This record gives sequence, C-alpha cells and structure tokens, in this order.
Amino acid sequence: MTTPTIVLVGHGMVGQRFLEALADRGVTGRARIVVLCEEPRPAYDRVQLTSYFSGRTPDDLSMVEAGFMEKHGIELYVGDPAETIDREARTVTARSGRVLAYDTLVLATGSYPFVPPVPGKDARGCFVYRTIEDLLAIEEYARTATTGAVVGGGLLGLEAAGALKGLGLDTHVVEFAPRLMPVQVDEGGGAALLRTIEKMGLTVHTGTGTQEVVTADGAVSGMKLSDGSELATDMVVFSAGVRPRDQLARDCGLDVGERGGIAVDELCRTSDPAVFAIGECALASDGRVYGLVAPGYEMAQTAAAAIAGEGAGDGFTGADMSTKLKLLGVDVASFGDAHGTAGDCLDVVYSDSRSGVYKKLVVSADGVLLGGVLVGDAEQYGLLRPLTGTVPPVSPEQLVLPAGAGAPVALGPSALPDDAVICSCHNVTKHAIGQCESLAEVKKCTKAGTGCGSCVKVIEKLLPAPTDEGLCGCFSYTRSELYEIARTLRLTSFAALLDSHGREEARGGEGCEVCKPTVGSILASLNNGYILDGEQASLQDTNDHFLANMQRNGSYSVVPRIPGGEITPDKLIVIGEVARDFGLYTKITGGQRIDLFGARVDQLPSIWTRLVDAGFESGHAYGKALRTVKSCVGQTWCRYGVQDSVRMAIRLELRYRGLRAPHKLKSAVSGCARECAEAQSKDFGIIATANGWNLYVGGNGGATPRHADLLAQDLSDAELVRLIDRFLMFYIRTADRLERTSTWLERLEGGLDHLRDVVVHDSLGLCDELEALMAAHVAGYRDEWAETLDDPERLRRFVSFVNAPGAPDPSVRFVPERDQIKPDLTILTIGTLEGATSR
Amino acid sequence: MTTMTTTTTLELSPSPGSWVAVCEEARLIPGRGVAALLPDGRQAAVFRDRSGRTYAIDNRDPFTGAQVLSRGLVGSAGGRAFVASPLLKQRFDLETGRCLDDDEVAVAVYPVRSI
Ligand code: SRM
Ligand SMILES: Cc1cc2nc3c(=O)[nH]c(=O)nc-3n(C[C@H](O)[C@H](O)[C@H](O)COP(=O)(O)OP(=O)(O)OC[C@H]3O[C@@H](n4cnc5c(N)ncnc54)[C@H](O)[C@@H]3O)c2cc1C
Ligand code: SF4
Ligand code: FES
Repeated sequence: MTTPTIVLVGHGMVGQRFLEALADRGVTGRARIVVLCEEPRPAYDRVQLTSYFSGRTPDDLSMVEAGFMEKHGIELYVGDPAETIDREARTVTARSGRVLAYDTLVLATGSYPFVPPVPGKDARGCFVYRTIEDLLAIEEYARTATTGAVVGGGLLGLEAAGALKGLGLDTHVVEFAPRLMPVQVDEGGGAALLRTIEKMGLTVHTGTGTQEVVTADGAVSGMKLSDGSELATDMVVFSAGVRPRDQLARDCGLDVGERGGIAVDELCRTSDPAVFAIGECALASDGRVYGLVAPGYEMAQTAAAAIAGEGAGDGFTGADMSTKLKLLGVDVASFGDAHGTAGDCLDVVYSDSRSGVYKKLVVSADGVLLGGVLVGDAEQYGLLRPLTGTVPPVSPEQLVLPAGAGAPVALGPSALPDDAVICSCHNVTKHAIGQCESLAEVKKCTKAGTGCGSCVKVIEKLLPAPTDEGLCGCFSYTRSELYEIARTLRLTSFAALLDSHGREEARGGEGCEVCKPTVGSILASLNNGYILDGEQASLQDTNDHFLANMQRNGSYSVVPRIPGGEITPDKLIVIGEVARDFGLYTKITGGQRIDLFGARVDQLPSIWTRLVDAGFESGHAYGKALRTVKSCVGQTWCRYGVQDSVRMAIRLELRYRGLRAPHKLKSAVSGCARECAEAQSKDFGIIATANGWNLYVGGNGGATPRHADLLAQDLSDAELVRLIDRFLMFYIRTADRLERTSTWLERLEGGLDHLRDVVVHDSLGLCDELEALMAAHVAGYRDEWAETLDDPERLRRFVSFVNAPGAPDPSVRFVPERDQIKPDLTILTIGTLEGATSR
Repeated sequence: MTTMTTTTTLELSPSPGSWVAVCEEARLIPGRGVAALLPDGRQAAVFRDRSGRTYAIDNRDPFTGAQVLSRGLVGSAGGRAFVASPLLKQRFDLETGRCLDDDEVAVAVYPVRSI
C-alpha cells in the first residue's frame, strides 16, 4: 500500500493546530503531509496580532516551534495558495502551478475581512486588519497621517482603533449599531465601555453608518457618514466583520451555507467525505460559523482524530462563545448566554459609571448561571465561565459586587468541579491542571494559558505552590500596587500596611529584608519626610540607615553631592582636607564626583560636619534615589556647544536630589549632539539642540546596557523640566522593586508610545497629579545629613558599640596601598573570635 | 521626651553565669539592631522585634568576616524572627543563630534578659 497524502490548505492558527494534532497521533509518520500557505510566513498568533505594536516582532508571534516541520517531515509551501480543487481527480492546483494529489484534503482557509461596498473603499489609505502584512502597511502609512478612522466598533475594530491611537493618530471609531461591541456586550456594558474609551481620547460615533470614503488624488481625505456629517481623516481601517473564505469550496461544488461557510458534519467532514473543513471557514453542524480560535482548535482536534481513524467522541457539535479581551487597557468579557435569550431568566446587574465598571449575570429561574457580561473589571471571568451551567455556591449578588462592598466572597477555584474547563482556548479541565506543579509545566503539558492568557490567574490559584507576582513572602501585591494602596489610603506606616494588606500569615510579623526597604522607599516618595525617624528608621537598608555605603569590611564611604560635576577649588580643597584628616581613601567616581572610603560608622558625623559646614550635602550614593546629573562643559567653553549644559545639569540635579525611587536614577546633559556627557545611557538624558533640548529616557549602563529612547524634541527649559517631572513620577508610581527605568520601559505595555501618551499627551489625565507630587518633593527637600547633624537624638545611633560609645571598632582596620589605604581583609578571614564558631 | 516610667536595662550573657549590660531597652528601635562590645573583644548583635522580644547573636557575618550583622534588617518568616546580613543578605534565625540560606552555617546566640 502506498502512503496516503493529506493536503492542508491554509496555514493559519487552526491549520497549525491540526498539524500538531496529527503529529500527536503519529499520523505524520504514516502519511505524506503537504501544506499550502497563502501568506508569506508560516502560521502565527493572529489573536496577539496587535501586540506587534507593543514591540513583538513577527518572529515572536510565530506559532511553529523551530524544527517542527522538519521533525515531522511535513512539506510546507509558503506564499503559494491553492487555486482550484478537482474533486474527481483528487488534486489541488496551487498558484505556482504545483499540482498535489490527495487522499484527504483539509480546508483551513479562515476568513477575510468584510469591506462594505461603499464608494472609495479601494482608495490609497484604506486598510483591513487581519494579517501581519496589513499591520506593516498601516504602520507605514500612519507615518504621514494625523487622523485615522476605524469602521466597525466590534472586538477587532476596537483593537484596530487602539493600534491607531498607539501610532499617535487622532482616532475615530464609526459603529453602525447603537453601541460598541454589540455582539459581546449588552447595552449597559456598551455604555460603560463607551465612557472609558472616550476618556482615553478616542472619538466614538455609534448608530452611524459609513456612506462613502471621500478621496483626493486617489487617497483618503475623509468619510461621509449616514447622519450627513463628514469626518476628515487620512486613513480608514475597515473592521466590519469577517466572512468565511469558502470560494475554493464553492468552485468545486462543495455544500456551503446560505450566508457562507463550508458546511461540515460533527466530524468536520464536508459534503465530500474526502474533504474536511476546520476553523473560521467552516459552517459547523450546529449551523454556526465560529469567529474565535478556541472552537477552531476543537475542530482541528476532531478532524485529526477522525483522519487518524480514532473514535472522535461526539465530534464537534458547537462551542462556547466566551471571550475575554483587554482592549485599550479595558477588560471586557462575555460568556455563556450573555444576552439572556433563554426566556424566563433574570439579570443581576452591578454598575458604577464613575469607574466604568459594569457587570451583568444571567441566571435561570432555578438559579443556574447562564452567562454574563463584565466590563471594566473582568477579574472574575476565569471563575464565572467554568461555573456557567451550574448553580454557583454563593448568591449571584455576591458574585458581581466588588470585593469589600458585600459579604466577602469565599468563592475560589476550589469551588469548581473537576471537569470544569478552565482554559477554553485549549479545552483543559481543572483535573488536568491539578496534575501539574507549576504554571510553566501546565503550559508545557496542557497548553493551557498559552492562548489568550485569560485563564492564567485561575490556573495559578489551582497550582499547589501558587506562583504569584507578590513582592515577597509578606505581600502578595507588587511594588506599584503597594504604592497605590499607600497613596490612596494615605498610609504612612509599614506596620499598618503589613497588618492590613500583607499576606495572612505575615500580618503582625516583622516583614522582611525585601519589603521593608521597598515600603520605606514608597513612604519616602509619597511623604517626603526625613527617612530615619520613628518606624521608618527600621525599614531602611543599612546604607540608608547610616546615610553612607557599607564597604566589605564594615566601613563606610562618603559621597558629597557635586551637582553637574562642577566644583570650586575651595570646595575641592575641603574634600582633600577631610580625606587627609580622617585618613580616607579618595577616588574620582564614574559619576563626576569624589568618593571617600574607609570611614567608621562613628566617624561619619564628624566627617559630615566638616563637609556640611563647607556647603556640601548628601550625594545619596547610598539611596535608591537620584545619583548624579553629569554634564559636559557645554556652550560656555566648548566651541561646539549650543546650550549651557552645565547650568541645566545643576538645575536638574538640585531639583531631583533626594527623590526616592524604585531604583537609582541617573542623568546627564550634553551641550551638543557630540554627547560628551553620555546622556543616552542615562535614565533621563538631555542633549542640547539649536532650539532647546531633546529628552531621552530609559537609558542604562550596567550589565545590560540600553540606549535611551527619544521622548520629545526641542523643548524649552520649562517644558523639559515639566516633562521630566511627569516621567519620573509616573515611573515611581508604576515600576517594580529594583526596576531601572530601562527595564520598566521595556516591560511597560505599549512601550514608548504609551509613555509618550501618558506624559506628553496626558492620555490618562494624570499629569496634574504627577506634577503636584513632584512639586511637593521639591518644596519638601531638606539635606538628610544637615538634618541628622542638627539632632542629638539622631546622632546617637552613629556609634560602633551601644555599650561603649567612644570605642572604635577594632575589626575595621586598613593597610597601605599606592600611598593610600585599603581594608585589611586578613583580620576578617582569620577567626579572631573563638566562641563565635558554628554550632 | 520624658516619661515617668522606670527604665529597663537589657543584658546579655556572653558565657554561662555572667551578664553584661547592653543598653536601655528603649534605645532599641523595633526591627533594628545595635552592636555591643563584649569583655573578651567579641561583638554581639542585639535586636528587638515589633512585639518587644529581644535577641542577641554574634555580630560577625560568617560569610564575609565583617562585624556587621547588627546593621542588618530584621524580618520574620513563618512567625520566626531573622536578620539579613547587610552585605550579602544571608538570613540568620535570631533564636537559634542558624543560617536560613545555608544549612552548614550558624552564628552563636547569647541569652538576653531585661532588668
Ligand atoms: C563609586 C562608583 C564606581 C567608581 O569608583 O567610579 C560606583 C560604585 C558602586 N556602584 Fe556603580 N558606581 C559608580 C558609577 C556607576 C556607573 C557610571 C555612571 O553612573 O555614569 C554605572 C553605569 C551606569 C548605570 O547605572 O546605568 C554603574 C552601575 C552600577 C550598577 C548596575 C546598574 C544596572 O542598572 O545594571 C550597580 C548595581 C545596582 O545598583 O544594583 C552599581 C552599584 C554600585 C555600588 C553601590 C555597589 C554596592 O552595592 O556596594 C558601588 C558602591 C560604591 C560606594 O560604596 O560608594 N553600579 N555605577 C561610581 C559612583 C558614581 C557616583 O558618583 O555616584
Ligand atoms: C486582530 C485580531 C484579534 C483577534 N482576537 C481574538 C481573540 O481575542 N480571541 C479569539 O478567539 N479570536 C480572536 N481573533 C480571531 C482568530 O484570529 C481566528 O479565529 C483564528 O485565527 C482562526 O483560525 P483559522 O486558522 O481558521 O484562520 P486564519 O488564522 O485566518 O488562517 C487561515 C489561513 O489560510 C490562508 N488561506 C486562505 N485561503 C487560502 C488558499 N486558498 N490557499 C492557501 N492558504 C489560504 C490565509 O491566508 C490564512 O493564513 C482575532 C483576529 C484578529 C484579526
Ligand atoms: S557634547 Fe558637544 S558641547 Fe559638550 S563638550 Fe562635547 S562637543 Fe562640547
Ligand atoms: S482560556 Fe485562553 S489561554 Fe486559556
């Protein structure tokens, strides 16, 4: 017997899943498998298409594991679509002229975007939103556009609108129906969505059709709407629904539905038993065409099982249309019978128009949860969807009320039955997840969580040792969440925060070495007081506690601030004298200032008394705070300079000194594009232009260097300062512990564009508040060392031994090197002290 | 601030039967430590936690040799207090002196009392 040939037409998400299902069943070893792929690249994750705009490359989106085709001996022809099918001869002819004979043919041709037949629809500047090529074209065209309009306010339309907005366009959404996302959400949900989306600066036109695309010289210049108005726009993206790609099937006489779709039975066979159809091109046996990926995956499994000759169970008889999306940052979810079509059911609705939250559950007369809609807060989606079809263990009111407003909801994933489907993209049950130890394992073994990702939260709760992003063993919140909690509840004490928001088992305890300094820094950023009084004293790392950096032998270093690196000879002399008199090792740092090493803790106050008297203040070399603003000599001296970089560096260093942040902050100002101050390697770097200043952000030296990104150009002094104020406060507010601006920016959803939206265009309406926080910091700044020296109580802690205040620590000793000193490490390694040995 | 309470003094025992005064208990900031010099030249790190409990362990960080444990941060895990070395952050149980990050390592602990 010769090996049978299986030909797959269409290598999209479902096509690839089908190939994997064949491989899983060992069919790849027994049959020749040939794939015709129309697009210029193998299958990629269309669901995550929009993430291309937040920095994911086409390669990141690929769904084909490296070596998959080779390993399974699959022949893949990219950029070569099928053109005709001869069912009699059982051959497929591709555009290249290649003729493939098949024993089994599988159609997975997906959908095409529907473009309403309005005049002008083919003009330059009209696009659809389905493939990577579409995105590339949109991105290219948007470079020269200022306004964009999306036709269609459904799921994909809003995604496309988010993308246009992200490209910096003034964006409009035109929706024919009276509300956004008419298929998924009901009227109330649509209203909540509308408010939130308008707040983001998008203009929404509902209840309006598109009559004509107006053109000038063959390019889009506007749109005529059905209400008679005209909208000026440079580009139009059509997202008015999709239609199954069934032309191939029609042409060869396969049955298709009245409204399109290749008709299939429960086993996904078409009217010709040698031909299967799966995914979005298929009209399932329940009479529906499914425009979501999860049902397509089920069909892929069904068809593969049927082709492998396995009993395919019930086959594919229909699927759940639940969806959860994160559109423009708004959570939207609908599941089950979201519109309550099943007569005799009741709605339970919670709506808060201020926060844009809307939740509706549909419940049958006997209490069975039938479906629901969640807008603005879809936290409970992961739990509610699997509960659909059951009587939930708590009352429906409790399920929709926000936490804290009603009786506490003791409903965790443990309440779910074993066969509840947790991941609907991959049809994975609670039972299957329970077999795994970690999220990574779940993803690897069951694929759950690797589709839309909406189930991950619930999966985490089901795992034995929950992987969570909490700060540490004491807090399940991240740093930025704790910042928000402390800010909104105006908490000023670590103990209060730990006891109210710590993990159950950590409340009343001490906290730990991770959360204490983190919270200490948050409280310092917010309250801006002296950091070493009261409880705050116990939170600081030793460096902050003694306002100096501890060195390997327990001695400390002293770094006075030298703003911009500019220093008078007199001040240099003072530093020299202090170093000489206390016998300190002296070094010019990489930050344009001077570091004095080898001070004992009890010497710090006397050293600083001399420095403060000479006009120095703390350089915060010990703090997660502003370090230095380096400068080049600039216009004043340099023949190339176009602005006074030293003046600006000093101004910025004085403005942000003492500012506590998630990690240290560095800056530099260069007087011209030659960039002698290396501003582009700084958290915020400034380069002079003929017209003002260019601001770069997110640069980093260190182990993972990153060049800073240009945030804004040709700023005046005042504009520059205002923008840096906003940038720094936004970072402080949202970054994780020990996250430099570079890693924060890499992680930030929407990346640089989003940052620019927030701090330049004020898309979140936060800027006033950010500026006010910075103004409070600037007004409240006081030199920590001067304050410490002024207060005998504070000075009392600078002793080597509490019971022998005058005695120096004999274990801090030095030996000579190159005319200076270095720590005597021999005394640290030789056990001076019996009795202190291990036990 | 002056209040009319009688002050309590904290003492530790460097060897059986002998007690050395450390400081007034009120001097200890909950969650932080101080160093005390012992008569034989050893150093102790003395701590107080939020609940008012006091502890004393040896001040020498066995990983670096530096006399710095008193300057670490106090935390708790599973209801037990520890100090994290300020240099390389290894944690030591304050009651037993055992290093929580390395089974092979421990530091001495000293009995404490308030009088
Ligand atoms: C003194 C100095 C080296 C020198 O002799 O020149 C220095 C010394 C230290 N650096 Fe640095 N860095 C110094 C300039 C730099 C620079 C250059 C610069 O600022 O232009 C860099 C690269 C630029 C950058 O940060 O992006 C630099 C990148 C680091 C890093 C890696 C940061 C990163 O994001 O990867 C660390 C580790 C950390 O902070 O986590 C670090 C940490 C440290 C620490 C704090 C290590 C520690 O925890 O003990 C050192 C303490 C010094 C002390 O006790 O006073 N130091 N360090 C420089 C002080 C500058 C100043 O005046 O404040
Ligand atoms: C922006 C966007 C966001 C989305 N978000 C979600 C979401 O959040 N959740 C969700 O469930 N779904 C979402 N979807 C829908 C999801 O992408 C589809 O349901 C899924 O891709 C369908 O898979 P498929 O393989 O059937 O079709 P496709 O992935 O479209 O693949 C079909 C492939 O067949 C090719 N083809 C067509 N004709 C031929 C031919 N004659 N010869 C060769 N090849 C051919 C096409 O070029 C295409 O590559 C989204 C879609 C888009 C565009
Ligand atoms: S950056 Fe330009 S202005 Fe500054 S020192 Fe270098 S060449 Fe001169
Ligand atoms: S539900 Fe989409 S990945 Fe699990």
